[in-house]
Amino acid sequence: MTAKAQDTGAAGDDETRRDFLLLTTGVVGAAGAALSAWPFIDSMNPAADVLALSTTEVDLSPVEAGQSITVVWRGKPVFIRHRSEQEITAARAVDLSTLRDPVPDEDREIKPQWLVVVGICPHLGCIPLGQKPGQPRGEWGGWFCPCHGSQFDTSGRIRKGPSPTNLVVPPYQFTEDTSIRIG
Amino acid sequence: MRGSLTLVLTLTCGLMAGLSLLAAPAAAAEMPEIESRSWSFDGIFGHFDRAAQQRGYQVYNEVCSGCHGLRLLTYRNLAALGYGEDDIKAFAAEYEVTDGPDDEGEMYQREALPSDHFVSPFANTQAARAANNGALPPDLSLMVKARKNGANYLYALLTGYGDAPDGGELPDGLYYNAAFPGHQIAMSAPLDDDAVEYTDGTPATVDQMASDVTTFLAWAASPEMEERKRLGLKVMLFLLVLTALLAAVKRKVWSRLH
Amino acid sequence: MSSSDNTHPLVKWIDERLPVFTFLNHELRDYPTPRNLNYWWSFGSIAGIVLVIMILTGVMLAMQYTAHVDYAFDSVERIMRDVNYGWLLRYLHVNGGSMFFIVIYIHLFRGLYFGSYKSPREILWGLGVIIFLLMMATAFMGYVLPWGQMSFWGATVITNLFSAIPLVGDSIVSWLWGGYSIDNPTLQRFYALHYLFPFLIFAVVFLHLVALHVSKSNNPLGIEAEGPQDSIPFHPYYTAKDFFGFGVFFLVFMGFVFYAPDFFGEPDNYIPANPLATPPHIVPEWYFLPFYAILRAVPDIEVFGYILITAKLAGVILMFGSILILFFLPWLDFSKVRSARFRPIFKQFFWIFFVDCLVLGWVGANPPEGFFVVLGRIGTAFYFAYFIIIIPLIAYFEKPRPLPESISAAVLGGKKGEDS
Repeated sequence: MTAKAQDTGAAGDDETRRDFLLLTTGVVGAAGAALSAWPFIDSMNPAADVLALSTTEVDLSPVEAGQSITVVWRGKPVFIRHRSEQEITAARAVDLSTLRDPVPDEDREIKPQWLVVVGICPHLGCIPLGQKPGQPRGEWGGWFCPCHGSQFDTSGRIRKGPSPTNLVVPPYQFTEDTSIRIG
Repeated sequence: MRGSLTLVLTLTCGLMAGLSLLAAPAAAAEMPEIESRSWSFDGIFGHFDRAAQQRGYQVYNEVCSGCHGLRLLTYRNLAALGYGEDDIKAFAAEYEVTDGPDDEGEMYQREALPSDHFVSPFANTQAARAANNGALPPDLSLMVKARKNGANYLYALLTGYGDAPDGGELPDGLYYNAAFPGHQIAMSAPLDDDAVEYTDGTPATVDQMASDVTTFLAWAASPEMEERKRLGLKVMLFLLVLTALLAAVKRKVWSRLH
Repeated sequence: MSSSDNTHPLVKWIDERLPVFTFLNHELRDYPTPRNLNYWWSFGSIAGIVLVIMILTGVMLAMQYTAHVDYAFDSVERIMRDVNYGWLLRYLHVNGGSMFFIVIYIHLFRGLYFGSYKSPREILWGLGVIIFLLMMATAFMGYVLPWGQMSFWGATVITNLFSAIPLVGDSIVSWLWGGYSIDNPTLQRFYALHYLFPFLIFAVVFLHLVALHVSKSNNPLGIEAEGPQDSIPFHPYYTAKDFFGFGVFFLVFMGFVFYAPDFFGEPDNYIPANPLATPPHIVPEWYFLPFYAILRAVPDIEVFGYILITAKLAGVILMFGSILILFFLPWLDFSKVRSARFRPIFKQFFWIFFVDCLVLGWVGANPPEGFFVVLGRIGTAFYFAYFIIIIPLIAYFEKPRPLPESISAAVLGGKKGEDS
């Protein structure tokens, strides 16, 4: 563009008009090129069929107190634990100031007996142990991540180890008394 | 000598062109003539008539779906017809799909969800043929794109039933259809007047139903059409402006040379 | 203007170590171009743009496509229905293929008309023919990927051509297929090669440009640029002209993409491939039709009742020969005058040849019956006669019109405005 302006042309008036024309054309062309990049970029975003599977419905009625189930939501494991009274009490008795990521247990579930968390360690993405009987659950009776030793309590909160945050609570709602929709 | 060579070859060429004109109608005679109708989805501003789409879906559901699948569609796609989430869930719930395996390793049946594909009437082509005297009812997802002049052809086919013009007998299980290539089709006339009762009160004539189901299937084959034409309009207008500007730039730049 | 005028220190620092700016300046800005190029000369750069669009859309599509006989068709439909703007990417790619051939055919016939293949541009021309061959291979394999009826049967018919080769034909065909019919191994290797070939094209295009910048552009007069008065810098003159050409081209291209996206396609390819049922009328994509006509043109060649060459083999030889013969054109046409403007007889035959190619395309689109068989044979005979007999004869007998003294004399001396 600058090269054209430097060229010796006709009268200065004409020169200005050409510069204006060039500038306009350049801006319009560049805007078009930028806009046409969007379909290419957007095609890599989740597609409609992927988004349609972004909710998972779970029937909780067969899960007894003290049991856990793992369901798949958006390709990730979600831990659902039917907590016993002791577990709820233990989770609520904690002094928040001792926690790395202080959130009261009451804010982490809709119904106290049902804890729903994404089963992925916030440290580096491993899946913690503790869902099946016999697996290590760590000192606080929640989950234990085998990769780097993070330990979570019965509210899914980080208590020891490298994880910076608690296990994430996914968005969910109760569609009936004992069934939830995640997502 | 040079001149005569040119003459000969020019004549040959002219002859070829002449012959080609003669031959054109002969080649076209194989396919039945299909009448062109005007559709809501024609043209650069074309869109699908929502009411016709919904009626067409009703016709598909109550008449066609007994034999013809629509496997590339999902129930959630029906939102494009103007149905709400609860309607779509209800449509889907009328069908059962196989899912699994469950914790015991068994496959199980469950109600279809909006994210599921349309359930086809037959499990596989063999089952479809066995139930239809050996004829295979084709899947309709892409039918409008998979036939030349698809929408007009489909309408002509659905309204093209009748008696063979020469009074000739057709083989058992075949029916006369004016639009079908060869005129012998294994599908009996699917539409009769009042074959469905439209929820919006439109009289369900054969013409009406054929037109509605064609609109529905045109959408099923090209669900992107409305978005495509809308975006196309913007793109074309933009390009017209840009090309005009580029023409002006070119004139300006080149004016220095003249 | 040279890069040394560009005084940004960073530009200078880089340029002293890797002279990309000097190179670009030299090849894209200062590059001296004949001042009389018309719009037919824009199609080279348009083809370059189309290649870039094809590669970009192709890479995005490859991220969504599944090369497996059970999933290919449905994965393409998933692109059309579920992937964000998937329909746009696919229609750009599909119509881009047709546009590519339209542009290349115009480019090729422009070269034929103005004698752009003649010395010293023989290698430039030969590289162009190689690009054309690579394009045909790429397009053929790409057409198989959606795994519709035409994909499957087109692939079957074309790969079966190789069975015409004596002795080893059948082994070659099953090697191409990776089995006993077109099946999953075939689809997967076609996909791999369809992804690879555009990059080969890209490489040959680069060589094509290197050769072009050595011998410089031909021009409508077909005489060499003598001095500075005959040439103008590529930028801003031809950049401005080519950009306007891009604008017009995109209007046409986008018109098809948005309003007639299936115009060049066959409805049958929206039916999933069925190895047990051939569609009643198989046709290749439109850009292969003339070659398809040549393939079907010849009968068995008999000598005393013995079949010397089968129709199948002869057809294959002629079809490949019809393209390979282009490599020899620079030597078949030994007339010293390039441009048809000064070759009255050549000009007439050029147009007859052009019509012949259209006729062959029309024959290729129709079933090989009756009249079309005859027409196909006449057309094929003329196609080869044009290159082997007519062109050398014209070169020998024709008396060209007098050439202008120089480009600038012709352009500035009263023929003003012809180039714009």
